[in-house]
Amino acid sequence: MIAEIGHYALILALGVAIVQTLLPLLGARLRDPQLAAVAAPAAQMQFVLVGMAFIALMTAYVTSDFSVQNVWRNSHSAKPLLYKISGVWGNHEGSMVLWVLILASFGAGVASFGTNLPRQFKANVLAVQGSIAAAFLLFIITTSNPFVRLDPAPFDGNGLNPVLQDPALAFHPPFLYAGYVGFSMAFSFAVAALIEGRIDAAWARWVRPWTLAAWMCLTLGIAMGSWWAYYELGWGGFWFWDPVENASFMPWLAGTALLHSALVMEKRDALKVWTILLAIITFSLSLMGTFLVRSGVLTSVHAFAVDPARGIFILAIMGFFIGGALTLFAWRAPLLTKGGLFAPISREGALVLNNLLLTTACAAVFVGTLYPLALEALTGDKISVGAPFFNFTFAPLILPLLIAVPFGPLLAWKRGDLMAAAQRLTAAACVALVIAVLLLAFRQRGPWLAPFGIGLGVWLVMGALTEIAYRVKLAHGSPAEAWRRLRNLPRAAYGTALAHSGLGLAVIGIVATTAWRSEAILALKPGDTADIAGYTLAFKGVAPRQGPNYRERVALFEVTRGGKAVTELTPSKREFTVERSATTEAGIHASWRGDLYAVLGDQLKDGAYSVRLYFNPLVRLIWLGALVMFFGGAVSLSDRRLRVGAPKRADAKAIPVAAGK
Amino acid sequence: MTRKQRRGILIGTCLAVLGVAVGLVLFAMRDSIVFFYSPSEVAKMQIAPGQRFRLGGLVETGSVVRGEGTTIRFTVTDRASTLPVTFTGVLPDLFREGQGVVTEGTLEPDGVFHADNVLAKHDENYMPPEVAKKLKAQGVWRGGAEAKTADPQGKMN
Repeated sequence: MIAEIGHYALILALGVAIVQTLLPLLGARLRDPQLAAVAAPAAQMQFVLVGMAFIALMTAYVTSDFSVQNVWRNSHSAKPLLYKISGVWGNHEGSMVLWVLILASFGAGVASFGTNLPRQFKANVLAVQGSIAAAFLLFIITTSNPFVRLDPAPFDGNGLNPVLQDPALAFHPPFLYAGYVGFSMAFSFAVAALIEGRIDAAWARWVRPWTLAAWMCLTLGIAMGSWWAYYELGWGGFWFWDPVENASFMPWLAGTALLHSALVMEKRDALKVWTILLAIITFSLSLMGTFLVRSGVLTSVHAFAVDPARGIFILAIMGFFIGGALTLFAWRAPLLTKGGLFAPISREGALVLNNLLLTTACAAVFVGTLYPLALEALTGDKISVGAPFFNFTFAPLILPLLIAVPFGPLLAWKRGDLMAAAQRLTAAACVALVIAVLLLAFRQRGPWLAPFGIGLGVWLVMGALTEIAYRVKLAHGSPAEAWRRLRNLPRAAYGTALAHSGLGLAVIGIVATTAWRSEAILALKPGDTADIAGYTLAFKGVAPRQGPNYRERVALFEVTRGGKAVTELTPSKREFTVERSATTEAGIHASWRGDLYAVLGDQLKDGAYSVRLYFNPLVRLIWLGALVMFFGGAVSLSDRRLRVGAPKRADAKAIPVAAGK
Repeated sequence: MTRKQRRGILIGTCLAVLGVAVGLVLFAMRDSIVFFYSPSEVAKMQIAPGQRFRLGGLVETGSVVRGEGTTIRFTVTDRASTLPVTFTGVLPDLFREGQGVVTEGTLEPDGVFHADNVLAKHDENYMPPEVAKKLKAQGVWRGGAEAKTADPQGKMN
């Protein structure tokens, strides 16, 4: 019964989404405000209906209703409750429902909280949002219905892939989708602006909070995925340039660029056409990610079942929305009023550089991700484009951006003074340089560039602090005065500083781990010891143990450092009985130095075990940095809510533009 | 600074960055791309020793020999040709005889493929799609292994 309610709610939601799309557009044509006013309640209704479907599916999972095929395939009665719940989105059909639920929630959010939007514009935004929902609801109902029944109902289910039974992975997809799908809001705003044929600074102000929220979620989602891959897959790496990882990284790059260009548009009424295009591109990349993961054209840990029908359907949706939006752009963009040009050395100029480098880096990732697919389609040759390609192309493009980041916030709008900014950054540069030189002097191994990479990260963190120090005039005036200014600083300034220093922390973590990681692959017998990065590990042996839904063999290592006991590591190999599958559980000891990471391998014929040991210096800074970026976004968002209260459309009296002398 | 100059600087910077990006991509394309071959293709082709490529196929049943320390030898087959492989390290969880495998490394003059990376998926019935396609193309596909599960599959890398 519950499954039928869910199914019915999905179909109703499709109907509501179609109404939400058509009536407001019709209302715009007929100049009928009442038709346009349908959009908001329709968006809320659609959210309620999709929410019902989602809860219905979740109920089927929690109660282990194996008469629902989707539950039978992906769940098992002996599974812990958390994984019964996360099992809902651990498969293609259920995750699509979550996808649409998030889409609907963003639509309902604009419908409910977007009270300051002009009525017709809001209706158009919701109409575009409704059309995306309609397309994906149709996709779910026709090709991926999660509510299909089985008769007779099987006694028990197939279980969830054991590598997915993990807390970080339980929350990774919801955040990732909130990011992906959240960019649909920027897309809908862009298309609505193109439909109206007018755009101004207020547009950027409306679109920024939604984009920022999506960006935060995507940042956290990617970081969680990386964290999970790090400790669950037993490779000890944090990023593999896997095509599906790239599929989530590209919208992140484009979305980061969008956040910055919207800033220029909001403050200076410039870069308008570019910002619109970027909004379209960002969501297009999200759609492409969805396509790559679900069509089976790529193989990856995250890839879902191979089903050509679904792939073609999503390809059609993608073609319709991307093609439609770009056609509309080509048609209407020339009508939009252009913003002025500005001096190259200015806040605007710095943000243009940011956009240029981010989008170019994104394009390089795009080429590397899609080139193998294109080549196979054209010539039949199978190739893989791995980490070396991305390291070689992405790093040189992003490097100048990282160097430039601290300058941006210190340059004035309209016309900045590069020398003055450089002067203010002298202290930050000195600290970064001293740290780099010290590291270079005491370095025993690793590439000579690595200390400068660390210096770069320090530069970013110090640069962010410099900006705050400059804004509170720390150098001039009393501490009390600085404290007062510090409290009065807009939260957005803190948000920027936090996000930029988070980036710096992540850079330090990435460079340190990549350059100075220690690795050892050994054959150890019980009683043997191994040394790595100053730690001594005594291998005590392997013992069997029974878990809730698995059996495991657990190795015991006693870890000492300089003769003092540090910890015990217990890496294990788990055999999941229901799923007939095995996973490797790494033993990890975290400290401020870095992570000691042990993986148990197979038993060798002479009674020894193959064991892999890593020491990953400062690796946690990568995820800590992402967390700080997320937090920075949140701080900035809390500021916007206060200020977003009163944006006005710029009417006849246009905002003065710097350029054009 | 005139309007024209400002525009010139903007366009110039864009072209310069794009030019660098295209250069980097083309250069990296030449050097860091890895082809995928099956044992039969390796047998037919002249692959220079030291050239990196991915070798995919099935682990031949009964071929896995554990040698000194953590070195493992096994044979990869596509049922038409075979190629011996040696690998030092820890094998993935689902590396099994008779299952699909993708290895990456170089073919050395001794005729043995020295793999430094072995990829096997986390799914019991998993067959790397490249392997499945090549086996199909050679008409030795027996089916059955291409079980469809809705679950995400193991890590390729």
